[in-house]
Amino acid sequence: MSSVAADASSPGPASAGPGRRLGRTFTRHPWLGLVSTVTAPVAWLLVVYIGALALLVVTAFFKLDEASQKPTSEFTLGNLDTAFTTSTFIWTVVRSVGVALAVTVLCLVIALPMAFYISKVAKPWARRGFVVAVILPLWAGYLVKGYAWRAMFSPGSKFAASGSGGVLQSTIGWTPGFGKAALVITLAYQWLPYMVLPIYAGLDRLPSSLLDASADLGGRPLRTFRSVVTPTIVPAIAAGSIFTFSLSLGDYIMPNIVGGTTQLIGNLIARTLLAPNQPLAAAFTLWPILIIVVYLVSMSKLHAFEDL
Amino acid sequence: MRTNRRILAIATAMVVVLAACGSDDDTASTDTAATGTAATDTAAADTTADAAADTSAAPADTTATSDAPGDTTGDTTGDAAAPAEGVPTELGEGEGEVNLIAWAGYVEDGSTDPAVDWVSDFEADTGCQVNVKIGNSSDEMVQLMQTGEYDGVSASGDATQRLIAGGEVAPINPDLIPNYADIFDDLKLQPWNSVDGVPYGVPHGRGANLLVFNTELYTTPPDSWSEVFEDSTAAPGAVSVYDSPIYIADAALYLMATQPDLGITNPYALDQDQFDAAIALLDQQQALVGQYWSSYTDQQAGLEDGSVLTGTTWQVIVNLAQANGAKIDAVKPVEGATGWSDTWMISSQAKNPNCMYMWMDHIASPEANAAVAEYFGEAPSNALSCDLTADPDHCSIFHAADTDYWTDVWYWTTATEECLDGRTDVACVPYTEWVNAWSELRS
Repeated sequence: MSSVAADASSPGPASAGPGRRLGRTFTRHPWLGLVSTVTAPVAWLLVVYIGALALLVVTAFFKLDEASQKPTSEFTLGNLDTAFTTSTFIWTVVRSVGVALAVTVLCLVIALPMAFYISKVAKPWARRGFVVAVILPLWAGYLVKGYAWRAMFSPGSKFAASGSGGVLQSTIGWTPGFGKAALVITLAYQWLPYMVLPIYAGLDRLPSSLLDASADLGGRPLRTFRSVVTPTIVPAIAAGSIFTFSLSLGDYIMPNIVGGTTQLIGNLIARTLLAPNQPLAAAFTLWPILIIVVYLVSMSKLHAFEDL
Repeated sequence: MRTNRRILAIATAMVVVLAACGSDDDTASTDTAATGTAATDTAAADTTADAAADTSAAPADTTATSDAPGDTTGDTTGDAAAPAEGVPTELGEGEGEVNLIAWAGYVEDGSTDPAVDWVSDFEADTGCQVNVKIGNSSDEMVQLMQTGEYDGVSASGDATQRLIAGGEVAPINPDLIPNYADIFDDLKLQPWNSVDGVPYGVPHGRGANLLVFNTELYTTPPDSWSEVFEDSTAAPGAVSVYDSPIYIADAALYLMATQPDLGITNPYALDQDQFDAAIALLDQQQALVGQYWSSYTDQQAGLEDGSVLTGTTWQVIVNLAQANGAKIDAVKPVEGATGWSDTWMISSQAKNPNCMYMWMDHIASPEANAAVAEYFGEAPSNALSCDLTADPDHCSIFHAADTDYWTDVWYWTTATEECLDGRTDVACVPYTEWVNAWSELRS
């Protein structure tokens, strides 16, 4: 309506509708607009996410009632004591960090050449197809892939049988069975797309002309890799490793499926929570929180967050 | 910047307030959950060790006179006791649905096997849609009941006492469950399903944990738990063991037979020395174990693909694996076995209590009780169901009416600091310590 449009540009309060008045209020007080847009998501972040974490940490200090196995409001340091000073539990944490690092390294070893090929060597028309191929396994369910690997590693299967009939045994002379090796392989398979994509994105941002320029200036391939390629992709590798490390650290389903009797920190927390012993489970949860905070801080030093 | 800091400060204050309120709400709800009987009032309100002493005094008293686990010295004249206060005296209309926590194989509606269904007729007759959540262990069932989102649970004896102490379950009014009258007497008003003569649930059935073995490896059936505990086993690395702290009782049971000078008379009443011996046995067993199963499907998969050649099992797993072609069989070894006696209990916060009472009556009815006992492979609780089983010998095979068989079957029970075998000179290891020890063992 043209009359309203004419009014909007001139301060004429008498004939302005509620919408116009609201708009004017926001214009006069810009901070109001900021607060009203940002309040809901920030409230969500603080109350639901950080609030939940805070409740978790607080629960670790409660005492458990023996008869009913429910947390009381009595304060105790016993749960933290059990979680942080029992040597078997510390070994579980060490084992979990070890598995997470092994998965990250294995993913890196496979993802680097793959990402390099896709971004630098493959023809542009094929590039899209390769990226889709890398993402495609994510469409299959996590559990489905886990059980598929279980079927492959099962001692009764042709692939992993320990006798001479087994495919693995006859080609490389070793078969993992269910255990830490099988667990690392399966987890590396699950998280590989998360490592390939950031590295591919990082390499994509590196113009091939830079590599040509480096060669023109007399740089051999290794020198080019060290001085030109690496600074570009280290942040990308760090970004990819955030996914593989944190996803592997907390995993408690794969150890049950392909890990045999292996127990990681996630299994310990799940088992304690189901005991039911919520306070002790909360105390155990402080371990991965601390580890992830340390890991994220070190990754941010490598500028990973600019590449996520 | 100032605005940001202000927002952050207010939010942090909110979070701290929420944390404090959150814990208050927990204790408030445990108080209100107690529906008014004297027993549940003291249990819920008094969360100190006194409560543990009160509720465990009942089992300690009744078992002090004899060491037999399935003993019937419980008060059986309490059948005629009036229902406790706060318990419904009449049933209303069904609410349209009922949410259950059950052991695998207890609530079958035809989805596992179209021929196995005792739920659809219940749903058609009462209009109560049955939603079931499978619990893999007693611990998981206690934890699920604590959420207050379910109407009832098929609890074994090591869950019932914790649920009663925590106020999660309410006593039942047997007058509202016509089939209750036909339940075997030695299952009613037992230490694990009643307090001071007040019944807390409807017995479902009982069974023993069995020794499963691969018939191709074991040409003569084994008869001893040594197959899962000793280095001399024919299946090292292919032993499958139940992944729950309650399994410590199985180790204690084996020690009862092999190390009598330890003096264990009840595998759930272990003083520190006896407990340490059981843990040492389990430590030594670890080298033999290929699988610690928590979900029945894990062991079934292992039995079917041949990675599991022996272990502790339930008859239902053996039946399911055999149906898929596994060459296995199961026995109760000479040392005896741990077992379970399950009771359907109603939640104190049940949103659908009428449907839950109707379900308890239905599952205790001769037809349904016979069907589930036969499918799962356990002894039924309703005496009349023995005439209705497809296999006429089912009740005699599973010793439903044979009290002597159950004398060396030790039903899952919650271990308490007050020794369940009546000893007062020592303190026994309580279940929370069992849980910690098991976590350490498995780490």
